[in-house]
Amino acid sequence: MILQAEGLRKFYGAVCALDGVSLSVAAGEFVSIIGPNGAGKSTLINILTGVTAPSAGTVRFKDRNVNGVGPVRLAKLGMARSFQLVQIFPDLTVRETIQAAVVSRLGRGTSLFRSLARDREVDETALEIAEIFGLGDKRHALARELPQGDKKLLDVASAFALRPDLILLDEPTSGVSTRDKTTIMETLVAASKRVGVQAIVQVEHDMDIVFAYSDRIIALHQGRVLADAKPDDIRADQHVVDTVIGRGARIL
Amino acid sequence: MRSAAVAAALAAIIAVPWVAPTYHVLLMLPFMAYGITLLGLNLLFGWTGLVSFGHALFLGVGAYAGAFLTTNAKIRSLELILVVAAVAAALVAAPVGALCVRYVKIYFGMLTLAFGMVFYTFVLKFYRLTGGDEGIPFPRPALFGRDFAELSKTDYLAGPYYYYALAVLVVAAVVMWRIVHSPFGLCLKTIRDNPTKAETLGIGVSRYRWYAFLISAVYAGVGGALLGPPTGNVDPTLAYWTHSGNLVFMTLLGGFGSFFGPILGAFVFIYLQDWVMSVVPYWRLVFGAILAAVVIAAPGGLLGMVARRRPPLPVARG
Repeated sequence: MILQAEGLRKFYGAVCALDGVSLSVAAGEFVSIIGPNGAGKSTLINILTGVTAPSAGTVRFKDRNVNGVGPVRLAKLGMARSFQLVQIFPDLTVRETIQAAVVSRLGRGTSLFRSLARDREVDETALEIAEIFGLGDKRHALARELPQGDKKLLDVASAFALRPDLILLDEPTSGVSTRDKTTIMETLVAASKRVGVQAIVQVEHDMDIVFAYSDRIIALHQGRVLADAKPDDIRADQHVVDTVIGRGARIL
Repeated sequence: MRSAAVAAALAAIIAVPWVAPTYHVLLMLPFMAYGITLLGLNLLFGWTGLVSFGHALFLGVGAYAGAFLTTNAKIRSLELILVVAAVAAALVAAPVGALCVRYVKIYFGMLTLAFGMVFYTFVLKFYRLTGGDEGIPFPRPALFGRDFAELSKTDYLAGPYYYYALAVLVVAAVVMWRIVHSPFGLCLKTIRDNPTKAETLGIGVSRYRWYAFLISAVYAGVGGALLGPPTGNVDPTLAYWTHSGNLVFMTLLGGFGSFFGPILGAFVFIYLQDWVMSVVPYWRLVFGAILAAVVIAAPGGLLGMVARRRPPLPVARG
């Protein structure tokens, strides 16, 4: 198991956001976390990515307890993430953004006098990642000047540039047109293969995307795991469909 | 284009002692000291997105270190003085910076201001050690072992000292150029633009901010040590908060978004101040108006007006 969470609880004052969630992700899996608003998805993601420490329970990443270790340490251990609200460096170019991730992965961030421009390894790797995400032609564009879909891709591309073992995507297709959603997902899956990402965990609202790409779906409801099964089994469970996706909903 | 402009400016600065009246040559000395200081300040301001309102603290540490060495310890070697000033500034900056970099925006600014005022009060009140408001003399230091005793003070300052300070400025600029174009410089820019995202890329935001703080303090220490000999005395006004304000003003005036902006800002500030002071007694009033005009009309500063794109104000960032 690359990621393992056991008995996660999180209280905000008297409010229980997570009430004993356990889950695990194996290498080679694409796992989606779904659930209605308030089900605890954001809290779960924040705990899994080390931003928030759980009130109880543990998160183990590659057999290491990573409870609340913070995003910097997790990135170094091999877990990358993207955000629901796209996170970019507005005044950096596409190339610089990805270079920053490569520099960080190679541990060269504190090289004070090394010339970045002459670092072929960093530049070539960054360009390769940009190409994978179809941003090669836009490498000199400033991040803030990119269209929304490209900003989203850049956010994810910089996470992939860390060559993580596990990547956590928080609504990778939110705020993107329906047509672009499939493109983004196809790019993501192709990129994981190229980069060597072992597992993907995503939080996603678009059920078409969830059911088309997931190996396994974890449905959250009121801070608990309601179901943890293959897409076909989730689809067949009318109780889960009614509770999590919406009464009377049908999934094709 | 830029390298041609820099070469021309450098040639002009080299020519100043030959072509300009001594008065103007001497005005260039604080310009060079401030230029060094601002190269460091802008690593924090323009590259890391942290505005320090207390950088006169490190200027003061450098200047007082130099005055102590020359007056109390009878050490005259300027090379040694600069090294000691840099080390002293770094030693003070290490704990101060460790505290300050936990905060951003106005909180960072206020904390740096507070530490600056603590230091100011210290040098003002510890009379026995610092000479209080009279300060400590900073006699003429020796350059590469030569004391130039045969030269009058003016000839010494307008000649050997001038070129010595210029050489230090050039070396400081070359080193800073390398720093901002290194992987480290790129990491600082990610922190300026979006610290949350930088952390998920494995860039330890506080640690990098602290490094930038230390480097900028070292630059201010060196700049402060060079500021002493032209006046021959260091006093607490060097560390007063308005002096920190002047440093921020110079940076804004020249443009924090470009490498050479702050140096240009220092130059324009010094000459503008000299000119305005000779024309009206209320130079601060005029300067206040100029600062307001710069912030409103040209937030990218003088160099920002000619640059291709205008850098956005850092205060709007997370």
